[in-house]
Amino acid sequence: MTRKRKRLWLLLGSLGAFAVAVGLVLVALNDSLVFFYSPTEIAAKPPPAEKSLRIGGLVAPGSVVKSADGLTTTFDVTDTSHTLKVSYRGQLPDLFREGQGIVALGTLRADGVFAAREVLAKHDENYMPPEVADALKKAGRWKEGEPVPGNTK
Amino acid sequence: MSPELGHYALVLALCVAVAQGTLPLLGARRGDPGMMELGRTAALAQVALIAVAFLALVQAYVTSDFSVANVVRNSHTAKPLLYKITGTWGNHEGSMLLWVLILAVFGAGVAAFGSNLPPSLRARVLGIQGLIGVGFLAFILFTSNPFERLDPAPLNGDDLNPLLQDPGLAFHPPLLYLGYVGFSITFSFAIAALIEGRVDAAWARWVRPWTLASWCFLTLGIALGSWWAYYELGWGGFWFWDPVENASFMPWLLGTALLHSAIVTEKRDALKSWTLLLAILAFSLSLLGTFLVRSGVLTSVHAFAQDPARGLYILGFLIVVVGGGLGLYAWRAPKLAGGGLFAPVSREGGLVFNNLLLATLTLTVFLGTLFPLVLDALDAGKVSVGPPFYVATFIPLSLPLLIAVPIGPFLAWKRGDLRMALRQLVAVGVVAVAAGIVTLFIAHRSVVLAACGIAVAVWLVLGALRELARRIQLFGVPPGDSLRRLVGLPRAAIGMTIAHAALGLTVLGITGVSVWQTETIVMLKPGASVAHAGYEVTLDSVQDVRGPNYVAERARLVYRRDGAVAAILQPERRLFAVQRRVTTEAAIRTSPLADLYATIGESDGKGSWTVRLYHNPLAPWIWLGAALAALGGFISLTDRRLRVGAPRRTRAAAPQPAE
Repeated sequence: MTRKRKRLWLLLGSLGAFAVAVGLVLVALNDSLVFFYSPTEIAAKPPPAEKSLRIGGLVAPGSVVKSADGLTTTFDVTDTSHTLKVSYRGQLPDLFREGQGIVALGTLRADGVFAAREVLAKHDENYMPPEVADALKKAGRWKEGEPVPGNTK
Repeated sequence: MSPELGHYALVLALCVAVAQGTLPLLGARRGDPGMMELGRTAALAQVALIAVAFLALVQAYVTSDFSVANVVRNSHTAKPLLYKITGTWGNHEGSMLLWVLILAVFGAGVAAFGSNLPPSLRARVLGIQGLIGVGFLAFILFTSNPFERLDPAPLNGDDLNPLLQDPGLAFHPPLLYLGYVGFSITFSFAIAALIEGRVDAAWARWVRPWTLASWCFLTLGIALGSWWAYYELGWGGFWFWDPVENASFMPWLLGTALLHSAIVTEKRDALKSWTLLLAILAFSLSLLGTFLVRSGVLTSVHAFAQDPARGLYILGFLIVVVGGGLGLYAWRAPKLAGGGLFAPVSREGGLVFNNLLLATLTLTVFLGTLFPLVLDALDAGKVSVGPPFYVATFIPLSLPLLIAVPIGPFLAWKRGDLRMALRQLVAVGVVAVAAGIVTLFIAHRSVVLAACGIAVAVWLVLGALRELARRIQLFGVPPGDSLRRLVGLPRAAIGMTIAHAALGLTVLGITGVSVWQTETIVMLKPGASVAHAGYEVTLDSVQDVRGPNYVAERARLVYRRDGAVAAILQPERRLFAVQRRVTTEAAIRTSPLADLYATIGESDGKGSWTVRLYHNPLAPWIWLGAALAALGGFISLTDRRLRVGAPRRTRAAAPQPAE
């Protein structure tokens, strides 16, 4: 086998692998891309029900309610101009509390309640998820470096 | 006084690094032995200076010197001593200091043990190391000085994030950094080789152990991080395809490719430019990982609040390193002499296949991790790419790779015989397929995936053993002879067998947890029971206990099977007094077959607690496999060939000047 032939094979192999990878990536991205919405965006233009999406904002103080069996929690997430009711079944992350910025993954139910599958925990309590910080900035209530509204600490 | 001493040592280290990054390179170009020799002295001086700075910070932590801002933010007098020490690198500034310390130690390693390297190559390697050091030292001094003072000093500190007060996470960053920074050495070797304009077996023989050592540390670091997430975050998962995890996984994937392509470069003098490219990219990905973690640009379970200015600096540095490295590569690599020829079906061909797939896998992870950033930069919406993306791309691409792993070692160099190789593996293949078919019947969900996973795991483990059996001619010669052959095998061969079999064990563990995990979430009053994975689990009691810097509720969960007590688990919910933060301490009972995993949540105030139980079949094999793979790597490192007698250049010609 000549050097040229070898090169050709190698090139074809790489191109093949690359093509397969790009194909898989495109198909997978189509199915599993999850968009982020702030409560204001949901109020303005509700996304289709049963589509996976992420929402984020501050947990509104005084809104956390546990169900009778203690496993389902509902709470309001706010970007200070709009709020969204969220319901989550299971154990909330240790850092979850009122006034904390959170991001949740789930679907919007037909009744307008957001059914969360996952509520993101953070290692760091001073951390504000970038999406939430943006949503708050857009709602015009918070600027970088200021204390977070509603956060008691 | 000592913080100023540390700060001063750091400034001196920067000056020394500037000298190390310029004079030896200049000397190598001019052929001035004195200037080249300066690289060694500078590298040794640098490690001493940075060690002084690091120890000064450790001392500030251990003595709880609250006039240092960094200590105030991350420590507290009530913190146990171990976490006072590890707290030194449990924060941004300290971890960057640890990074340059490791960088300097590795540089000094080249200086101290590199006497058999050609002087110009050694000078250039140390020069490039010096330049990387300049980049990071300037970063620390100008954006993240760990020695900043506070006046007046507070009486006590804010304490370390309780999630980080854990042995697993205490040693996760140093291991990860040993891996990341180790790739800086291969990077420096690659750049030096490009400047010299030559790559040969002696070069590859030097690069291989560095790559192998970095790879082992990175493997251990990632495994430790994943294990920590498993028991500390308390939701029973071990890998989340989270950007920060991907950041360490990408260099690992590419490092694995580099590990294999360097073999071809050493043994067959082929794939030279490809090996150089991998060495440049592996370090670039390590830097990218640092950027992703330290800049806070991505939403991640592991994200820490960060300063955007630092992200910007690292991004700039990244552009210089990647741009410079690839630019030099594009300019110089085509001038490298081509190496040995080989047929597509051969050991080299197999390793090329390995590299192709590993590079492609890296690419998919890269796209998935950076796609949200790109969309955000284009203002096209905020998106996230979740685990389904990686499952859909990663599994189909890694399957052919995993299937090829046992076949490769059966192929001869230069020109192999695939039919002969497969014939030797027929028995292994039959067992693997049979195991897969059995799995089809006993899996509850994702049946096909489960069957593939189990079959591949069996194929990998038995295939590796089959290859070992062939080498020692088990059953072909008397057992005594086989034993003698086993003892006489090169360590590298034994290391490879262990690492390849370990990969199978990890696949086994991942398959087990993904397919057979059972989860039970329930509210229990003390004395009440719940059925879980064939056990009857009773919440015996919940007690208040006191730790050094926390108070906790400790539950006692009794697992009974057919009335007999099988296990007692005591998960805790800890409240750390200083930061007013709660952590979940999962209780885990490990056995080779399965993990019993329990956490306790909040009480509802009426005498019931949320109890979360997992049954994770085969889970321990995920980390045992990773640890074994690293062990295989370390055994391979002790191979005589890597320690002694790097071959001298046979051609008498002096190194070509760079022009």
